[in-house]
Amino acid sequence: MPGQIQHPGYEEEKLLRVSKLLPCRDVQAGRLLALMGEPEQYSYPSIFIYGHRATGKSHVLHTLLNELELPYATVSCVECLSLGLLFQKIILSLFGSDCVPLLPRSPSLSDFVRVYKQLCVQSTAKQTKYIVLDRADLLRDMEANILPAFLRLQELVEDNVTVVLLSEIVWEKFRPNTGCFEPLLLHFPDYSKDELQQIMCEDSHPSYTSELYSAFINILLGVFYSVCRDLRELRHLAALNFFKFIEPLEKDEVKESDIHRLWRNIEPHLKKAMQTVYLREVSSVQWEQQQMAEKEAGALRGLSAHAHVELPYYSKFLLIAAYLASYNPARTDKRFFVKHHGKIKKNNFLKKHEKTSNHLLGPKPFPLDRLLAVFYSVVDSRVAPTASVFSQISSLVTLQLLSQLGHDDQLDAPKYKCAVSLDFIQAISRTVSFDIVKYLYDFL
Amino acid sequence: MSKRKAKKTHMTVGACISQVQTILRERFCHQMLPEKPVGMESQYKHLLELLKRTAVHGESNSVLIVGPRGSGKTMLLKCVLRELLEVTEVKKNVLQVHLHGLLQTDDRIALKEITRQLNLENVVGDKVFGSFAENLAFLLEALKKGDRSNSRPVFFILDEFDLFAHHKNQTLLYNLLDVSQSAQAPIAVIGLTCRLDVLELLEKRVKSRFSHRQIQLLSSLSFGKYLDNVISQLGLPQDFPDTKFSEEWNDSIKRLCEDKAVMAVLQKQYNSSKDFRSLHMLLILTLSQVSVSNPSIKPADLLEASRVCGADSKANMLHGLSILELCLIIAMKHLNDIYDGEPFNFQMVYNEFKKFLQRKSHSIYNFDKPVIMKAFEHLQQLELIRSMEGSTANIQKDYQLMKLMLDHNQVMECLQKYPQCPTDVKQWAMSAFG
Repeated sequence: MPGQIQHPGYEEEKLLRVSKLLPCRDVQAGRLLALMGEPEQYSYPSIFIYGHRATGKSHVLHTLLNELELPYATVSCVECLSLGLLFQKIILSLFGSDCVPLLPRSPSLSDFVRVYKQLCVQSTAKQTKYIVLDRADLLRDMEANILPAFLRLQELVEDNVTVVLLSEIVWEKFRPNTGCFEPLLLHFPDYSKDELQQIMCEDSHPSYTSELYSAFINILLGVFYSVCRDLRELRHLAALNFFKFIEPLEKDEVKESDIHRLWRNIEPHLKKAMQTVYLREVSSVQWEQQQMAEKEAGALRGLSAHAHVELPYYSKFLLIAAYLASYNPARTDKRFFVKHHGKIKKNNFLKKHEKTSNHLLGPKPFPLDRLLAVFYSVVDSRVAPTASVFSQISSLVTLQLLSQLGHDDQLDAPKYKCAVSLDFIQAISRTVSFDIVKYLYDFL
Repeated sequence: MSKRKAKKTHMTVGACISQVQTILRERFCHQMLPEKPVGMESQYKHLLELLKRTAVHGESNSVLIVGPRGSGKTMLLKCVLRELLEVTEVKKNVLQVHLHGLLQTDDRIALKEITRQLNLENVVGDKVFGSFAENLAFLLEALKKGDRSNSRPVFFILDEFDLFAHHKNQTLLYNLLDVSQSAQAPIAVIGLTCRLDVLELLEKRVKSRFSHRQIQLLSSLSFGKYLDNVISQLGLPQDFPDTKFSEEWNDSIKRLCEDKAVMAVLQKQYNSSKDFRSLHMLLILTLSQVSVSNPSIKPADLLEASRVCGADSKANMLHGLSILELCLIIAMKHLNDIYDGEPFNFQMVYNEFKKFLQRKSHSIYNFDKPVIMKAFEHLQQLELIRSMEGSTANIQKDYQLMKLMLDHNQVMECLQKYPQCPTDVKQWAMSAFG
């Protein structure tokens, strides 16, 4: 066993079990354990552990606390809508369910500390208690006194208690204006590629050799490692795609040793998975179904690829007009839409002066008049400005394809912005056979 | 006889280490009170005199203890109270009310807490009071002894005093200070705060009732004294069971503090902050490395602890980013350089990244825009970039203006340490123009 965790305060056997449960995290676990000390020794009042998602922050801590049988309360701040819930959970796990009724309804921090002190006096246990607050970044959104108070809880309740905060966000973003008790910072570094491989190989499939699984993981990491280092996500992807990987083996087309052919088989699938499952555009179940059905259906596409909205004919043109009005400067309207624009020379007409592109800066707001003017020039038939046209504008706003700026009470000159992407508008204009790129100033 | 004594004083190394850990941890982690506060003798005397007058002669008083965080405000007060309470007469007589700005967030809660701490819950019972002042007056009235002329002195200790100034109308402060001004029950109001401008926060009527007595705790410790303090903090007390071990330990600490590298670390620590709390953090990390196999503090332990303490957390986080996310950060860095720190949006970053891919990249695969968007959002989640606009409802995700929360050097330093960073990415980051 490499890098065995050692500590005189605990039984060898337990520590051995702990280090088996924590692959590639023995340095961190060892340091944490050293900080915690023997069960009855004081530990630092507050410890702040930060690191990327799925680097084993909660896992290491829970394994340590659980296996070494220390008294602890663990609360995920996502679950705690109200402070009351947070306090209840802590009291419940530290002192048992009989003590929860001692807290009044909607308790304040003062009540919590009072009840805690009262319970401490009654109990005789001297072991360090641990309060683990997962996703601690959410504490910042609670009342302003919560975070500083938890950081110095040991002082406030006068008990042997250590608060451990876990977060993905660095401590600098937590510090309140007037400062507070500084916690001890510990960093959990990300797993290296080899470590990821080692951990992921542990869930190899029982009916296949571990070498094959390891080869699969290697291929998977080759595709995804440059985008995603989240162990949890990678494991999910591995579980989803393994059966596709071994499909040729099942059919006896390829031998197990022929990794290269297996790789050629699986790589396009993994790339597709990056465009779909990884982006959560299809659910895992859908992905599996699609993979099964794929033999007939042909190419597999993500949600965004076939995202199109059915709109009425005029609405499409209104949206196109809105897009043009948003991304073209107003003074260029003359160039694009006036049929007889006097004696401007042709090359002058097409020349562009600015370098900045509106497609980088985003859509500009435009008034209703301009929208309608552009609309009349792009739509091929004559349209009367009836209520139906105006109601289509407001339904585009409701669909969030347009966004209205300012307040609703501006009745005479409302301003809008177009809120769709270039891909989307190109798809729309294709359906009405309108070449939008020709009318965009940025693409002249 | 002598044999027995020898037996008693000899313990195994394991037991000794465990004992050392217990003693020192109590010092570093539990803020155990020292024998005498270091470097604040005059303030100590001043405060002691003041409280004595309230406790013994029944004079009312108010005082503020002002000092930066970790400078020992609470420690000073506790030491003074400890000495004061050694006098039996005082101990019998004085009542203490501890309020904390973080806990008692409004005056109603504070009043309840005062009632509780004065053990007057049954006296108050179900009485309904018209005003806050009436309630407080009642409480103080209740403290008067049988012989009426004389009531027991009360210390009101308000930790995080500045937070009490944010309560509505500052009712609690007004009333407490009012009582301390007028010849009612003898009370001493002691406020502890880290804000130097705390008086500016008080309303005029509250300010005028305050005695304007301030005790400033601005540490003027010299480095020599600081070093002595480190030695005494790490040293073992006289009554340590195993005298031989404790002598060896104390000697090793002295030797440790003479080491060049250790001196440098402590000097750095001293220069950045003189307070003992940050020192404690360093020392607990050092202490945690002491075990049976490593039974004394080595210079390397302290260096390691200082490395852990001083690590740049943002650089640590950058280390764990995927290569795509790192590329986006570099693109943002270039945008920052070009546009002089103006905010940018996703579209610009994407464009910059695309330009890089077209021109010189061989090692990086061309990702889809949504994949890049996901990486961008992850950076936002990590708060490495921050949205400039307050409300994000009206704006497309691509065009939200963002700001990079890292500076040039952090990005460059991270690139040096990044594992297996492709050379072309490195070169791209170094080049002046995107």
